[in-house]
Amino acid sequence: MDGNGETDTGFVADLEVNLTGTRQPCMVLGTGNIGTDLMAKLLRSDVLELSAVVGIDPASPGLARAREAGIEASASGIDWLLGAASPATIVFDATSAAAHRDHAPRLAAAGLRSVDLTPAQLGPSVVPVVNLGDHLDAPEINLITCGGQATIPIVAAVARVTDVPYAEMISAVASLSAGPGTRANIDEFTRATARGLEEIGGAARGKAIIVLNPADPPILMRNTVYCTLGAGADQAAVAASITAMVAEVATYVPGYRLTTEPVFDDGRVSVFLEVTGAGDFLPPYAGNLDIMTAAAVRVGEELARAGLLEGVA
Amino acid sequence: MSRITVVDSTLRDGSHAKRHRLTVEQVRAVAGALDGAGVPWIEVSHGDGLGGSSLNYGLSLVDERELIAAAADVLTTSRLAVLLLPGIGTKDDLTRARDLGAALVRVATHCTEADIAPQHLGLARDLGMTAVGFLMMAHLAPPEALAEQARIMADAGAEVVYVTDSAGALLPARAAERVEALRAVLPAEVEIGFHGHMNLDLGVANSIAAVRAGATWVDGATCGMGAGAGNTPTEVLAAVCDLEGIETGIDTFAAMDVAEDVVRPILDRLPFVGRSSLLLGYCGVYGSFLLHAEQAAKRFGVSEKEILLEVGRRKAVGGQEDMIVEVGAELAGLGLRQPRGTGGVPPTSAAGAATHSREA
Repeated sequence: MDGNGETDTGFVADLEVNLTGTRQPCMVLGTGNIGTDLMAKLLRSDVLELSAVVGIDPASPGLARAREAGIEASASGIDWLLGAASPATIVFDATSAAAHRDHAPRLAAAGLRSVDLTPAQLGPSVVPVVNLGDHLDAPEINLITCGGQATIPIVAAVARVTDVPYAEMISAVASLSAGPGTRANIDEFTRATARGLEEIGGAARGKAIIVLNPADPPILMRNTVYCTLGAGADQAAVAASITAMVAEVATYVPGYRLTTEPVFDDGRVSVFLEVTGAGDFLPPYAGNLDIMTAAAVRVGEELARAGLLEGVA
Repeated sequence: MSRITVVDSTLRDGSHAKRHRLTVEQVRAVAGALDGAGVPWIEVSHGDGLGGSSLNYGLSLVDERELIAAAADVLTTSRLAVLLLPGIGTKDDLTRARDLGAALVRVATHCTEADIAPQHLGLARDLGMTAVGFLMMAHLAPPEALAEQARIMADAGAEVVYVTDSAGALLPARAAERVEALRAVLPAEVEIGFHGHMNLDLGVANSIAAVRAGATWVDGATCGMGAGAGNTPTEVLAAVCDLEGIETGIDTFAAMDVAEDVVRPILDRLPFVGRSSLLLGYCGVYGSFLLHAEQAAKRFGVSEKEILLEVGRRKAVGGQEDMIVEVGAELAGLGLRQPRGTGGVPPTSAAGAATHSREA
C-alpha cells in the first residue's frame, strides 16, 4: 500500500543504470495509437531501450513512424518478435484483448516479461505507485483501466490513513478518445475498475462509473473519487496523503492534478482530478490514454531496474 | 385514428424528484393504481437507471430490486420496464431485473454515443425482453446525426428508439424533425418514441408533435413527477390524446384520479417551471442536475444559477453530476486550476445557444 519503497529502489537503480550505461531492451507489440504513443515515451527512457516495434499491417502508419525514428519495425507479428535477432526482455502489448490472450503464453514460454495494455486481465493488476512492488517477479502485468490508473491511487492514499468502507469513482472521457474496444465492452471497464478500487485501493466496496462526453473541443479526462471515511478519520492527514499521492503519480503522468482541494463533508472525502495527456502522439485531451502508456513505461522501467539489481547482486 | 403506447416513468424519472427515496409502499400504490388505469408500461428503477444508486447520483433509500419486485407483485395487465445506462448499470443488473419481472429495458446513451449500447440491447433480446434504445439529450444532435445513432441501436436489436429530450430543451418543430429523421432511416418495424420534459413547458405539445411526425411510443410521468420541471404528465397526455384522436388505451378519468389521489400526496414539491428548471431548458442542461445544483449551492454557499450555467458551459452530459460538486467547490474558491478568463459570463442567449445545439 505504500509507494515509497519503489521510489527508493528506482532511485538506487537509476545510479546503477547511469554507472553502467546499460538500458534494458524492450519491444512494442501493436502499432495503433496506443503503441505509437508508447513508442514516443520509450524513446525518452533512460532505463529502457526500444529495440523494435511489431505489428501485423505493413501499411500501418505506426510502423512507418518507428522506422523514421530509426527503430526496427516488422509487420510479421509475434512470430517475428519471438524469432528476432534483436534482443528484448520486456514486451509491451498494445494490441487487443483477444490478441493478447494468444500472445501471453508464447511470450511467457520465451521468457519475456509482458506489460499488457489491453483489457485481457491475465496477469496481476498493477497501479505503479500502489502495488508494483508486490509483482516485480510476475511474468506479466496488466494495467486494469485508464480510470483505474487515475483513481485507485487516491483510494489507496486514503486507505493508508483510515478505513475506506466504500469508494466510488466517475471518469468522464472525451468521446474521441474512447475506441471501439472500450465502447463494445463498457461493462468490463466498470467491473475491472470497481474490483481495482477494492483489491488494490483498499476499499471494502467499490463502484465505478464511466461517462463519454462528445463536447467539441474535446474535454480533458476528468475523474472524481468519493471515499467514505472510517469513524474519527484525521481529515488533515487524509488530505496530506492525497496530495502526496497526486505528486507521486505526477512523476510519471505530468498532467495529473487535483482541480480542487479535497472536499470533506458527510463523513466522506470528494476528490476531483484532471489528466492532461503529454501530447507525445495522442492529443493532450486524451489523458485517459496517456495515463495508460505512462503507467506502462513506469512499470517497464521498474521491472528493468529490479532485473538489473538482481543481475548486479 | 393513430394509436400510441405510453410508458409511465413516475417510478423511475420520478425517483429524481424524490431524491431516490421511494419506498416499497409508494411503489406498490403507484404501480397498482397505474395498472388499474390501463397504462401499458410502468418503469421502475433508480432515476439514473439500474445500478444508479451511488454517492454521485444519490443512494436509493430502498434497493431498486426490492422496488422492482414490489411493482411486479401488484401488476395485473400493465408490464414492467426498467432503464439502464451503459457505463453505470451492467448486464448483471439487467439479468437480475428480468428475473424480478422486468419485460422491457430502455438502454440509454448520450445522443452521440449509441455504440456503447449494443452489448445491453443484445442481452435484452437474448433474455426475451423488449429492447428499446433511448438517445438522451437529443436536442444536442442535429436530426440526421441522431438518426445515424438510432440506426446503430436498431442494428443492435432495438425494437423502439426514443428521441429523449432529457433537458426539456426541444421545441415542437425540433422534436418533430428529429422523429421524421429517424423514421426516414429506420426499418419500418422499428418504432420511434418520444420522452419529454416540462422545463420549457412543452412536454405535452412536443409529444403531440412527435406523434404527428410518426412516433408511436410516448413517455409520461404521473403529475409530471420527474427530473427538472418534471416530465410530460401522463394524465394530461392521456387527456390531450383523447381530444386529438390519438388512442392510448388509458382510462383518462382513472389517470386523473391516480394523479390527484395517489401521486400528488407523495410529491415532495409540485413540479414547477422555476428559474433553475427554466434555465435547464433554456440552456439545454441535463434535467436531473436540478436538485444536485440546489444541494451544491447550499453546501458551498454559492449561486445555483451560476452552477447550472457553468456546467452548461463545460458541456456536461447526463451522468456527470460530480461536475456539479466540482463547480460548486470552485465557485466557493476551493479551485486549484488557473482562472479561466471570463468568470461570470451572463446568461445571454449566446451562452445558451452554445450548449443548445451543434447545428450552429
